[in-house]
Amino acid sequence: MHRVLEAFFSPHAFRQSLPDVWAGFQINIKLMVVAEILVLVIALGIAIVRGLPGRPAGPLRVLAVVYTDFFRGTPLIIVAFMIGLGVPGLRIHPISYQSNFVYGVTALTLVYTAYVTEVYRAGIESVHGSQRSAARSLGLTYGQAMRYVVLPQAVRRVVPPLLNDFVGLQKDTAIIGTIGVIEAQQQAQNFSSSFFNFTGYLVAAVFFIFMTIPLARFTDHLVAGRERRERALAV
Amino acid sequence: MTAPGHFVELRNVTKRFGDNVVLKNVDLAVDEHQVICLIGASGSGKSTLLRCINLLEKVEEGTIVVDGQAITNGKVDVNALRRKIGIVFQAYNLFPHMTVMENVTLAPRKVRDLSKAEADAQARELLRRIDLLDKADEYPDRLSGGQQQRVAIARALAMNPTLMLLDEVTSALDPQLVSEVLNLIRELAEFGMTMIIATHEMSFAREVADKVGFLDAGVILEEGPPEQIFSAPREERTREFLARIIAAGRL
Repeated sequence: MHRVLEAFFSPHAFRQSLPDVWAGFQINIKLMVVAEILVLVIALGIAIVRGLPGRPAGPLRVLAVVYTDFFRGTPLIIVAFMIGLGVPGLRIHPISYQSNFVYGVTALTLVYTAYVTEVYRAGIESVHGSQRSAARSLGLTYGQAMRYVVLPQAVRRVVPPLLNDFVGLQKDTAIIGTIGVIEAQQQAQNFSSSFFNFTGYLVAAVFFIFMTIPLARFTDHLVAGRERRERALAV
Repeated sequence: MTAPGHFVELRNVTKRFGDNVVLKNVDLAVDEHQVICLIGASGSGKSTLLRCINLLEKVEEGTIVVDGQAITNGKVDVNALRRKIGIVFQAYNLFPHMTVMENVTLAPRKVRDLSKAEADAQARELLRRIDLLDKADEYPDRLSGGQQQRVAIARALAMNPTLMLLDEVTSALDPQLVSEVLNLIRELAEFGMTMIIATHEMSFAREVADKVGFLDAGVILEEGPPEQIFSAPREERTREFLARIIAAGRL
């Protein structure tokens, strides 16, 4: 029992590892923020492409489907290795000479964009066709109907699941440590191998939890608010 | 073959959804400032007919001419056509994320390229006309069904259409809200708006229509002035339909 406490919950080690793990965690936050912004924008674009009507858009649609299928099905750690370790080995300017941070953001973006594309798509499909008919019958083009009528409603509806993916992305930034980005998990690992003490991981875990709990509560709040409004409408 | 002068003309229009024939060899002519009411049971093809005229449904067979222009040859500019034609739906279809004002000004600003000030001024004038100026900044879900439907009509009018298609616009309304919407349509008719109205309100049809068409299983079975259709229908099916309506207390 004492050994467990000492290995995982040592107050001394907690204090000792805190500064380094905190320094690392700031990298996690940066990874998360940059990747999330890219994901939100790119995924929306791909979701729109997937919904394009007509035969000429066929190849684009197929491309979008192949992309989402591939990256949704591939574990992040494999994508991270392929990008972070594989691409530098290609020695192609300029893509092989980027920082590990860039490779990390790229891997996170590739994988999470695939998830978020599906979330957006579900949102777009949830907007009833009569809304589109109403917009088109006023003379709005397909693009205008999408931009002013469908997307605003679609995005509003998928905010809770988007935030949920946001939490996932936040945690998965720890995987980016494996390709040499010195983030919180890496700092904890360094600490544990130097001092044979795992308390550093606990410190990292605490940081992650303190980041995700507010997000999760915020999501709950949004969902509850929407349910209240919908009940009010049903009356 | 062209009969000039008709503002809207359908010739031999057939519409299928898969194997299901929804409209069969429909002919219909509407002149400017005329009000045509289409009556018939649910599923008889009234809505589809209206949706074909502004190309919300594709017509594979037959010809539709609007304002001297054939719209069914695949060459027409759909968006330009729809600018001229306002349609109002049974379920209002207001944009729930926009205020009443934004609903009414969206298309004038984006399609007619009006400035915000111009579009707002025009919208205020329309809202005043439908007596809902005080609701300009409300969202649709704060309005009654009748109020929402009046806003939907104002939204269509904001594009200055030369033709209005009304698709059972009172069918989703509580009975006490029906009259406020019908009054508005009556006003439009007096104003000379060309309208094609699919409706279950027989006494209203009798009062405002210049011509009534009875649709049965995708066919315009009988067409004529309202007095004739309602008082002396020629077809057995029309008589049956009207008898059912009278029995249901709707005439």
